[in-house]
Amino acid sequence: MTLSREQVRHVAFLARLGLAEGEEDFYAQQLSGILAHIDRLQQLDTEDIPPTAQVVEVINPLRDDVPEPGLSQAEALAGAPAQQDGYFLVKAIQEAEP
Amino acid sequence: MRRRETTPSELVERQLADIEARDGEVHAYLRLTPKLARAQAAAADERYARGEPLGPLDGIPIAIKDVLCVDGVEVTAGSKILAGFHPPYDATAIARLRAAGSVFLGMTNCDEFAMGSSTENSGYFPTRNPWGLDRVPGGSSGGSAAAVAAGLAVLGLGTDTGGSIRQPAALCGVVGMKPTYCRVSRYGLIAFASSLDQIGPFARSVTDAAQVMQVMSGRDPRDATSAEQPVDMLSSLEAGVEGLRIGVAREYSEVEGIEDGVRARVDAALLELESAGAELVDVALPHTDYGLAAYYIVAPAEASSNLARFDGIKYGASDATAGTLAETYLRTRRHGFGPEVRRRIMLGTYALSSGYYDAYYLKAQKVRTLVARDFADAFRDCDAIVSATSPTVAFELGAKTGDPLAMYLCDVLTLGGNLAGLPGLSLPCGDSQGLPVGLQVLAPQWREDVALRVARAYEMASGFTAQVAPA
Repeated sequence: MTLSREQVRHVAFLARLGLAEGEEDFYAQQLSGILAHIDRLQQLDTEDIPPTAQVVEVINPLRDDVPEPGLSQAEALAGAPAQQDGYFLVKAIQEAEP
Repeated sequence: MRRRETTPSELVERQLADIEARDGEVHAYLRLTPKLARAQAAAADERYARGEPLGPLDGIPIAIKDVLCVDGVEVTAGSKILAGFHPPYDATAIARLRAAGSVFLGMTNCDEFAMGSSTENSGYFPTRNPWGLDRVPGGSSGGSAAAVAAGLAVLGLGTDTGGSIRQPAALCGVVGMKPTYCRVSRYGLIAFASSLDQIGPFARSVTDAAQVMQVMSGRDPRDATSAEQPVDMLSSLEAGVEGLRIGVAREYSEVEGIEDGVRARVDAALLELESAGAELVDVALPHTDYGLAAYYIVAPAEASSNLARFDGIKYGASDATAGTLAETYLRTRRHGFGPEVRRRIMLGTYALSSGYYDAYYLKAQKVRTLVARDFADAFRDCDAIVSATSPTVAFELGAKTGDPLAMYLCDVLTLGGNLAGLPGLSLPCGDSQGLPVGLQVLAPQWREDVALRVARAYEMASGFTAQVAPA
């Protein structure tokens, strides 16, 4: 499997990774090389093999539903690049209408 | 310290002076915490003066990989995107070491977000191998391994997702242990691949590593996956290998790219274990090659999800110079992440994306089952599997940075243990071309005691213990 420049652009957008000029070709070539190695997985017949997501027999452990102290609002916001009135401050989600 | 021959404060001053003298060429530390270390040492001084030390780790200096949250200390995962981040709490492993009296020297260099095998992917600078400054220390926990190898810390902490403790331990000639998945709480660990990550120690002896394991392990209500299993790393440490069956897998001993010098040292180590009373048996790990391919889908897929949180809003670096929120994400993540992290995020996103999920991610999860079954079958015939940790000794800086796949192949002997959730360690077994060779011991889940016991028996039989690399 090789990755085209368009696919790299699409995947980078899905991951919200900005790409610099020329990086689409660079990553298309490198990722295609890695995928060529990974494609050996297709040689194995895994029709009847169940998938493994994790390897220990711990299933949905829950703690008691009792409130415990957590971070204060000030502590949670302490690392924020921008904040206002006790909230994380972000840019507008939508573009202004033209 | 118990004999009052030295004090924690004397020890920490000596370590800080050694770091001052030598870390300018090794570059093991990203940042030091001398104020914290001196305060912790002073408190330990008082406990020893009263004759009431907290335990074997009281007053012992430790170097911490820059992926573990330490309350109020800058922690960046070796990445520019977290520059300036000061976590408001301790990781559980850190809290337990703090409570045991450990002295925190500082945060050590690593590959960015623990992605790499040479520490060259650090967003800051590469670390050098104390045994040869033109060589890499391995990775991703290369800073902690190099610090312990150079005598710039007594103990170190690392994390191991595909070999990131064991491989640098091998390349730097120290002991490094990856616990069973879920053995050590991951609360406060900056996540890379959550179904694979584990925190573990570096040390210059097997016994020291076991002591750190004993303190860090066990159930933590803050990590829902942490295990209830009883923790006993120490009581069978000196039991020897008499009567134990040591598995040897041809897929590991004849792995592609293994150096003759490495093989010779590992073969000699196996013979020493046999002389010490172990029985050597052949086992098969037929899906070894496929495991590497499966790992490089599973780990990037999990990483692509885990690293979505670094968006320039909640903490760390932010580039909000342009118009919309979407632009903030794109710019922050374009400038904040280095090339290997970007590569893995894209690979993982691709493997999870519509139309490719079945062919890649689901397929890789099924192959993971086959790898885990290989080990389960092998452990029916043996108590531990012994092999080389890394196919090669430490390579030169820059040798693999242009070829990601060549770098990934460094992990071929270690990542199976992560896919199957096994405990494993690496310990020194001599040298080749003047550089350390590491011996890997893998054991069944929850049997750290067996891995430690085999390693301790080898240490005793061979007379090898990790040495401080001469300056």
